[in-house]
Amino acid sequence: MKLIKLVPDNTNVDFMQFRKIAIWITMLLAIAGFVLTGVRGLNLGIDFVGGQVVQAEFAEPVDIEDLRGSVADLGLGDASIQEFGSPTTFQIRLPVPEGEESEANRVVGELRGGLEAAYPGVDVGSGQLVSGNVSQELAMDGALSLIFAMMGIAAYIWIRFEWQFGVGALATLFHDIGLLLAFFSITQLQVDLNIVAAFLTVVGYTLNDTVVIYDRIRENLRKYRKMNIVPLINLSLNETLSRTITTSVALLLAIGAMLIFGPEVIFGLTIAIFLGLFIGTYSSIYISAPLLVMLGVTGDSFVHDEDNVANREQRRDDGAVV
Amino acid sequence: MLDFPRWKVWSIWAIIAIGIVLSIPSLLSERQLESYPDQLPQSRINLGLDLAGGSYLLLEADAADAAVQRLTAMEENIRNELVRGEPRVRIGDISRSEGQLSFMVRDVTQVDEAVERLRAMTQPVGFTGQRDWTVEVEDTSRIIVAPTADGEQRALADAVTVARDVVRRRIDPSGTREVTVRTSGEERIEVMVPGVDDPEALKDLIGQTARLEFRLVDLTASPEQLSQGRAPAGSEAIPYPDAPPGVPYVGYGAADGIPRIGLERRVIVSGDQLENAQQSFDAQTNEPVVSIKFNPQGARRFGRVTQENVGEPFAMVLDGNVLSAPNIIQPILGGSAQIQGNFTVESANQLGIALSSGKLPVKLDVIQEYTISSDLGQDSIEKGMLASIVATLAVLIYMLMTYGRFGLYANAALVANAFLILGAMAVFNATLTLPGIAGFVLTIGAAVDANVLINERIREELRRGRKILDAIEHGYKEASTAIFDANITNTIAAAMMFYFGSGPIRGFAVVLLIGIVTSVWTAVNFTRMLVAVWARAKRPKKLHI
Repeated sequence: MKLIKLVPDNTNVDFMQFRKIAIWITMLLAIAGFVLTGVRGLNLGIDFVGGQVVQAEFAEPVDIEDLRGSVADLGLGDASIQEFGSPTTFQIRLPVPEGEESEANRVVGELRGGLEAAYPGVDVGSGQLVSGNVSQELAMDGALSLIFAMMGIAAYIWIRFEWQFGVGALATLFHDIGLLLAFFSITQLQVDLNIVAAFLTVVGYTLNDTVVIYDRIRENLRKYRKMNIVPLINLSLNETLSRTITTSVALLLAIGAMLIFGPEVIFGLTIAIFLGLFIGTYSSIYISAPLLVMLGVTGDSFVHDEDNVANREQRRDDGAVV
Repeated sequence: MLDFPRWKVWSIWAIIAIGIVLSIPSLLSERQLESYPDQLPQSRINLGLDLAGGSYLLLEADAADAAVQRLTAMEENIRNELVRGEPRVRIGDISRSEGQLSFMVRDVTQVDEAVERLRAMTQPVGFTGQRDWTVEVEDTSRIIVAPTADGEQRALADAVTVARDVVRRRIDPSGTREVTVRTSGEERIEVMVPGVDDPEALKDLIGQTARLEFRLVDLTASPEQLSQGRAPAGSEAIPYPDAPPGVPYVGYGAADGIPRIGLERRVIVSGDQLENAQQSFDAQTNEPVVSIKFNPQGARRFGRVTQENVGEPFAMVLDGNVLSAPNIIQPILGGSAQIQGNFTVESANQLGIALSSGKLPVKLDVIQEYTISSDLGQDSIEKGMLASIVATLAVLIYMLMTYGRFGLYANAALVANAFLILGAMAVFNATLTLPGIAGFVLTIGAAVDANVLINERIREELRRGRKILDAIEHGYKEASTAIFDANITNTIAAAMMFYFGSGPIRGFAVVLLIGIVTSVWTAVNFTRMLVAVWARAKRPKKLHI
């Protein structure tokens, strides 16, 4: 049997040739992503903003604008309405009224009554409720888990490698998160707790990828002390390219199956991971590796301390050290 | 490379066998599980509500309400201790302001005595010598009793624990299985009930206050008076929604249309004195009723009052409404009675539960709730399973086509890995959620990575001109640092998800964490063993990878 080789042996792609432009363009894109998210905002689910959601299934397709009008006429506060899967199913989100818990029930009761009067045969299901305090906590916990995960991983890389690698990994993460946020801001897909899990997964995966490349760079730095850093990173990227592509394809196959055949309820989660795989693969090659050059990683970075001292002294005699 | 000791081979196979055995119960249906031998482990993976369908409620204790209740109880205790204790301490009115109690001691010489007795009523909190209340004297004769923050916190936590048990008692007997009721943090209670599609019924069940009282009817109250909401001194007009028509001592003409009946303020027996309550049927009419049994003290009181009032009506009052007001035909001495009302079997059952489960010690607010219909859950399971199978097959084929024999070994590791994950989840009684299925699929993909790293490394070493066995040896050795570092980063991300996450996210994190451990183990140890056994047997001259 002939085996597949997506990447031929002994590739020699000059990745580093475009490193400056690639870094600047995508970093600007990532920053634009953050700005866009700030300006346009995200479609936050009730997990994060509080409120209650009910699903209404109508007997026949309903015009969303008509429905908006009917719901607004009920005067239950600022309602938001989205089509949910089919033109006969809608998700209606309402704010949680102040006061007693029975108030929330009353509002849903009124909505049900109002819709049943306006659209005979409608089925208003029982819904979901998140109070303001809980949603704030959930949002806080989500943000904290993301921040601590990033910090923890960066600290680990810093300890295992060198500080430049930690910084490189962090920058890569900012890039990935920025682009993912931009995606959610543009598509206005609902961001709920599941999406936080997706973001964390992407964070884990991107770093997985980055660390494998860093690991090879470190190995090569020890092996080829005299080699210039730019060709050395190029070599490392080429050596790991086959692995990067093979693993990414395997993951894309797995997540792709989830995207196509999996339940719609976690579409947001799977699409975020799917996209994150592309972004993560790209950024580990074009952000995390080239950044090392900018941060001044050299052949001396991984020499044992004793060797290092000896080397420096020797070189000082030569007058060759910078 | 080739010297893979026999004990190691056996222990690896043993671990995989254990994984398979542990995962079997989770793969069987309920019915199949019944005929599954008892000697083998039975623990299964729980299905989260998003897969099983059901209702979730997050309840929060109302701290302000708890503080007020606690202050009220303290006020009562102070009166009991000082005014009714020996020697008697005469005090002025107890006033409440800013959450503390203050009062004057009439006789200045008794101030020290009062303070000493009040201090004895307070309890230490924690190990710092702090007490749950402070007692201080102001202006020589005014005593101020104030709750401490630690005391309040402890009281709230205690109340939440009691409330949790009450909630559990209220939900458990209603026939649903695998109900989860647990405290979450200091002031919250999580309730998860699989299979219940109607959270309103659940909330009603939890929220029932069920304050039951037996009181005598005041026959001197006139219907006109009652319909205006008034009653003679010592009595009050209480709503009687289901009053049968034509009762002479009921006022029907109230403005809100709800009949009223005059009841003596004095309570004969209250729900506190119940020992037991359950739904049953009336022997004569065969209507659903609630059978109750009083404790000895309640039974004595009930017996005495019914003895003295044979022929007169008495009323059963639930949460301020009269359920029914039958005549006392004969004294009820045994301490057993029936509560009649317009019950259905269901409502009688619920009242029985509410009465016997005790009173909620603190008000609970619903701060989060969701319901997943069992249809949707079933749909999610089916689609999730399909997606997992397709994903696994796709990855298996891809690996086989990429690495040939070594791909086959990687695939064996993948399958073993899947069993190990299921087995580990069953042992830990972990909950599989919808994102958990995504986590499972992702782990399948990620498990490949370790093998890809190894195989790519072997390819590289071969290209560098190493001999076959040497290349394999080096492949495993050199790839191990990258595998280790890469998986630590994933572990950190998963740990953060577990620590900060709630509900479904935790489910995702659990699967990821377990998957990281098992996938690294299978990728490194299991495939290595397979390769070693093959290489020792065949001594390959050529390696197709």
